[in-house]
Order: sequence, then structure tokens, then C-alpha cells
Amino acid sequence: MPDFSNEFEMLAEAYAASGGNPLDLHNDQYGLMLVSGNHVLGKNEIPGLVIESAPLPDGIKARIIVKENAQIEKPVHLCFGVIPAEGIQRILADFIIEDNARASFLAHCTFPNAVKVQHIMEGTVRIGKNGVMEYNETHFHGPTGGVEVLPKMKIEVGSNGQYISTFRLSKGAAGVVRLDYEAYLEEKAVTELYAKIYGKASDDILVKESVYLNGNESRGLVKSRIVLTDEARAEVLGEVIGKGVNSRGHIDCMEVVQGQKARASAVPRLMVIEETAKLTHEAAIGSVDKRQVETLMARGLSEQEAIDVIVGGLLK
Amino acid sequence: MLEIKNVTLLRDNHLILDNLCLTIKPNEIHSILGMNGTGKSTLAYAVMGLTGYDLKSGEILWFGNKINHLSVTERAKLGITLAWQEPTRFEGLTVREYFKISGKNSAENLSAEQALEKVGLEASRYLNRGLDASLSGGERKRIELAAVLMMKPKLAILDEPDSGIDALSIDYIKDVIRELIRNQAAVMLITHHEEVAAIADRASALCSGRIIRTGSPEEVTRFFRNHCRPCQHINQPSDEVFSNA
Repeated sequence: MPDFSNEFEMLAEAYAASGGNPLDLHNDQYGLMLVSGNHVLGKNEIPGLVIESAPLPDGIKARIIVKENAQIEKPVHLCFGVIPAEGIQRILADFIIEDNARASFLAHCTFPNAVKVQHIMEGTVRIGKNGVMEYNETHFHGPTGGVEVLPKMKIEVGSNGQYISTFRLSKGAAGVVRLDYEAYLEEKAVTELYAKIYGKASDDILVKESVYLNGNESRGLVKSRIVLTDEARAEVLGEVIGKGVNSRGHIDCMEVVQGQKARASAVPRLMVIEETAKLTHEAAIGSVDKRQVETLMARGLSEQEAIDVIVGGLLK
Repeated sequence: MLEIKNVTLLRDNHLILDNLCLTIKPNEIHSILGMNGTGKSTLAYAVMGLTGYDLKSGEILWFGNKINHLSVTERAKLGITLAWQEPTRFEGLTVREYFKISGKNSAENLSAEQALEKVGLEASRYLNRGLDASLSGGERKRIELAAVLMMKPKLAILDEPDSGIDALSIDYIKDVIRELIRNQAAVMLITHHEEVAAIADRASALCSGRIIRTGSPEEVTRFFRNHCRPCQHINQPSDEVFSNA
């Protein structure tokens, strides 16, 4: 039975396993919030960054503000985890990027021992005029697949603002994933939503991403890369609504299925309300591209090595 | 080195290679000339052993050993490789990573920087780029040739390395071929480009899945120019052509 009294070290270890550098958690030049269960274990505010937090019975509530005109050069590290095998972690997070502010966030979600863990993220993002936010969320799960990941975000991007996010879950078993993002864009705002997930065993994945191009000349990209093996299943629902004059949107979905029992589906939905809006989509579902495999085999890789390289690239 | 003996291959019940015979000698450049649809790429894929290009009959011998049954990987490990006419793209794979894969089984590696230099691309601009749609067709082809150099193969099958390449870059392709020869490789060079074909030691003209002429590059190029280019019945070579082969 692991000793959970030293949660910081255990979380830092899991953070390293998910690709993070644990030294960053001790570097006071980085903005930081480290949450284990419903405990904020560490927090570091830097000039221009305000992090407010309060505990909930099953998680925390946080408000993260990047002040007007602040340009935060180094990524802000957010580390969420549940070390025990069972538990619920609810994160209610509001991100506010004020006018002309810029920040990027590296969020690591680690559940290395999960047998029955629920990770709920209910968030809002508000980006002011000319504000820029990048949000990269990487998950590290243990091998058992006992995690339910339920991220739900509502994103509002002000004029000339940008929001770029990547949700990545490629290490360990995904478990149950219900990703639900909605982005609303004002004039000349831009968003790019990326989801990269590797489903194995009996993982059950739903990715739903919607972009509302309300502002004139707003731009949106919804891009998903899903790889499925064993009996994993995934459904990708991408949606773009073009309402602004000369708005542009694109959905790009690729799902690679390996084996006879994995199941994948994709439903793109495009809706044009303003005649000058232009929306497009592309989707590819199937096995790994034979030509790519044979190209790498012609360089001396075995078939399985070639597939691993191709899949690794898609999820990178 | 490579002997293709009486190879017949069908695709979707269409005869593509028809009792084809061809020999590639060690360390020679052998150009294959032919109009569109004559079976040049199919010949390349059959030698590489790609899926769907199994022989109906005939043999492919590598230093006297039959390799018909070997997988693409096994053939690559023998030293055979192929540069496709339109190389595929890889999302999430950088040029550097691709080169590392290509040079994995080679004892004396060229550095990635040297390989790019050989094809006239600056390492600082290309090594960390993705091998994806952001590259132009010409850039991708040059990177493919550099990857072949990294492999140090014994036989490089180059399927129209000159198509879609600007005229100035043709010299780089010739340099790569010469470099392969310096490294003791043989090159099967599939091309429409007479200037490129001219660097070969020998050349063969292909029509209707058959080799209809083999000889010096000058002779075969002349034959190709005089007979194949003006031919009104593509893939239906006359008996006269075969009788003079």
C-alpha cells in the first residue's frame, strides 16, 4: 500500500512520467499550481499572473487571471493528480486572459494508480481583445484504465484574440473520456482545438468540439487524431458554425483503427449562417496508411515498428 | 547482383509485367525508360516486394538467391530500397527522425546534415521540419533521396526522381546517384528524362511490361526517342521492335 503522506513527491514523480520536468515544479520563475485530490499542494504567482483557489469537498475551485498587457514568457504549469486508486477530483476553473495579455499553460493530469478515479474539469476561458492563450493538457494514466476523464470547457475569445489548445492522452489506458469543448469567437479571433488520444483495451472515448465563428473574419480549426486498438471505441463530433462575415472554419479528423474489434466514428457538422462564411472538413478513418508503412519498411523497419512510428507521430 | 527472370505480374487481372527479364550488375546505374503505363513503377514495386505486387510467375534473384517470398523489411535488410515517385508524408515525424530511421541499419552513417547538403537543402532550415504537407513536392523528393543516401543501400530503386523537380535541381539528383555509386551501390533509375538517363552505365526500354531494348544509354535513349515517343500504339509494341531487341 503506497504511503500518500508525501503527495508532492508522488505527484512530481507522476508528473515526470507524463513528460514534465519535475524541476519546473521548484522553479520560482514559472507560474504554478499543483493539486492533489482537493489539496492545493503548491502555488506560485509571478508578475501578471493571479491564481486564486479554494477547496471543494471533492476537488478545488480556481480562478486564474493573466492581467491586462501581461506577457508571460514561460509556461504556467498546472499539475492535477489523484494518487490513490480511487477518488474523485473536480476542478472548477475559470481562466481570464485580459486585454493584450498572453500566456501559455502546461497542464499535466496524472492518475498513475487509478482503479476507479473520476477527473472532472468544468472550466471557462475568457480571452480579452488581442489576448492569447495556449493550453496544452497532457494526461498520464496507469495501465488499468480505471479513470473517467470529463473535461468540459466553454471558451470565449475576444476580438483579435487567440485560443489554441491541445488535449493529449496517449500514455496508459485512457479509460472513459468525455471531452466537450465549445468555443465562441468574436471579430478576427482565432481558435485551434487539437485532441490526440490513444485508446486501448476497452477505452471509451467521446470527443465533442464546437466552434462558433460569430465574429467577422474569425477563424477556427478543429483537429483530432485518435488511434484505437483492442476493443477501444471512439466517436468524434466536430462542429463549426459560420456566422461572421468571411469567417473560415475547418474540421480535420483522423482515426486509425488497429485490429478487428476497435470501433471508430466521426460526425462532422458544418453550418453556414452567413453566405460569405466558408467551412470545410476532412475525415479519414481506417487502418494505418499502407504506403506509409511500406515506406518505413523499405528503410528496414519491421511492420510493427513502422506502425508504432506512424502512430507515435500522429499523437505527438 | 539482381536478376529478374521471366517475371509475369497481374494487377486486377491486367497483365502488367509480361515475362520480363532484366539484370542489374553490381555498382552499375541502369536506367529504365518507358512511356506512361508501360510497367516501370510496377517493376520497382515488385522488386521491393510491396503488398499487391506478388509475381504470377518468374523469379527475382539477389546474388543468386530467390527473394520472391521475402517481405519489404527483409529485402531492405539485404540492402534493397526504393524511393517512390511521390514520397508519402508523415504527420508528426521530423526530417531528422526520418533520417535516423533510414540510417539505423547502416554501419557508417552520413550525418543528417551531410545528407541534406548532398541534395542541396540547408540543414538549419529542414532538419527539424515535419515530413508533412508543409513541404513542397520537390523538397519532399529531395529529402527522400537524402534518406536513401543515409541507408547506404546495395541497390537503390529510384522511381522517377526527376519528375516534379525544377531544372536546377536535376544536378543534385545526378550528384546523389553518383554518391550512391561511390558507396558501391547499384541504381535502378526509372526516368523519362533523357539527360538523367544519360548518366547510366546501361539502359533498358520498357514497353507493354517487357524489356524491348537493352544497351548503352545513348543507344537506348535514341531508340526511345525514335520509336517510343512517337509511338501511336502505346503498350502494343510491333513484332519488328521485338525482332530487333
